[in-house]
Amino acid sequence: MKSLILIMISGALINNVVLNQFLGICSFLGVSKQMKASASLGVAVIFVLTIASAVASILYDLVLAPLGLDFMKTIVFILVIAALVQIVEMFLKKTSPAVYKALGIFLPLITTNCAVLGVALTNVQNGYNFIECVLSGFGTAVGYTIAIVLLAGIRSRIQETDLPEPLRGAPIVMISAALMSIAFMGFSGLSF
Amino acid sequence: MSTVIITAVVITLVGAVVGVGLVYTGKKFHVDVDQREVDVRACLPGNNCGACGFAGCDAMAAAIVAGDAPTNGCPVGGQSVADKISDVMGVAAGAAEKRVAFVRCKGNCNVTKNQANYIGIQDCRSATLSGISITSCDFGCLGLGSCVNVCPEHAISVVDGVAVVNRDKCIGCGLCTKACPKGLIDLIPVNNYVAVQCSNKDRGPQVKKVCTAGCIGCMLCTKQCEFDAIHVVNNLAYIDYSKCTQCGKCAEKCPAKVITLPHVSAEV
Repeated sequence: MKSLILIMISGALINNVVLNQFLGICSFLGVSKQMKASASLGVAVIFVLTIASAVASILYDLVLAPLGLDFMKTIVFILVIAALVQIVEMFLKKTSPAVYKALGIFLPLITTNCAVLGVALTNVQNGYNFIECVLSGFGTAVGYTIAIVLLAGIRSRIQETDLPEPLRGAPIVMISAALMSIAFMGFSGLSF
Repeated sequence: MSTVIITAVVITLVGAVVGVGLVYTGKKFHVDVDQREVDVRACLPGNNCGACGFAGCDAMAAAIVAGDAPTNGCPVGGQSVADKISDVMGVAAGAAEKRVAFVRCKGNCNVTKNQANYIGIQDCRSATLSGISITSCDFGCLGLGSCVNVCPEHAISVVDGVAVVNRDKCIGCGLCTKACPKGLIDLIPVNNYVAVQCSNKDRGPQVKKVCTAGCIGCMLCTKQCEFDAIHVVNNLAYIDYSKCTQCGKCAEKCPAKVITLPHVSAEV
């Protein structure tokens, strides 16, 4: 039990997917303009990452590992995750338009997010079993949500400040993200 | 060698299962969407960068169709994409006609009297707040150019103390209608050249006292109109543009020559 909690906390804070492993930077910088949009994206990432980790884990344990096709895992994961998200998107669009409206537009956006693939691969590398994979995926996605919502909050503050001309736009966002990353380094000293 | 074959077979199988699954769900969970949304989406670059502030190109397309985003909202696509989207939206918008600003006052220096020498902030709103009547007509254009300052296309100029709109430059954004403290500027259909160029709601004799080019509410235009398109309300003529055929008979009969053909008056 303790190890399961540890996996989640480590995924969310200590090995934060954006600020510590530098995965999923694209959407992290791109969609953090508004607090609402970034929160929606965060929820969508949680949704996709949890499902993708589960499916990738099943696929690896039942198909790839027994056949000795470990080296093909990257390609298979890309294929399966992309298709999975598409199916989930279509399913949501038809069955619950409300949920689709809230996060559906972010689903195709994160299909190709390297964070999703990265977590699936890391899980396999760490030799996690099914439950550990799901929890790790969930924890990592929560970490992503924390990071992007925090950055969106910072950016909304930055917008109201009088910045020197050269820093406006992308540069100050990069600097903010870098400072956040340094702050999150502090979690690496966390011990249980 | 067997590894290669196994790999190829397994990956092909996985791909086939995924493909069939996608096709099946695509059919089973098909949802009809607005065709314009599909068309607008096709015009956008499709790299889902999010620079427009929306979650991706699909979200942007939906927002454009819903009217929440401007057609030139994609910073990556630039003008060419904006043009294409405007085409899609323009066709879809159907008969929605372009409208341009029109100043309902022709009280220039020759027809009204200056009764105060205003030296405050050169802005119509400031002048109105000061409580001074600069021109003899309380309803008329002050000529200080608040509308000129807000116009993004530099389509308005003050000629002889009255704001004049250049129809070719006007994009119909309506910023000037909000800027005018007297509420003189209206958006009228771009192809409609007959318009009442006065806003004075006083009775005839009072109007004649302050301006020689004002509407005196004589109702000759109402009698002339065969289409029931022009009416006098509160001593001022109004044109119903849904009925007006622009025959120009009212303009011919108007004793004060206040009903004008704006494309002519713009050149005056």
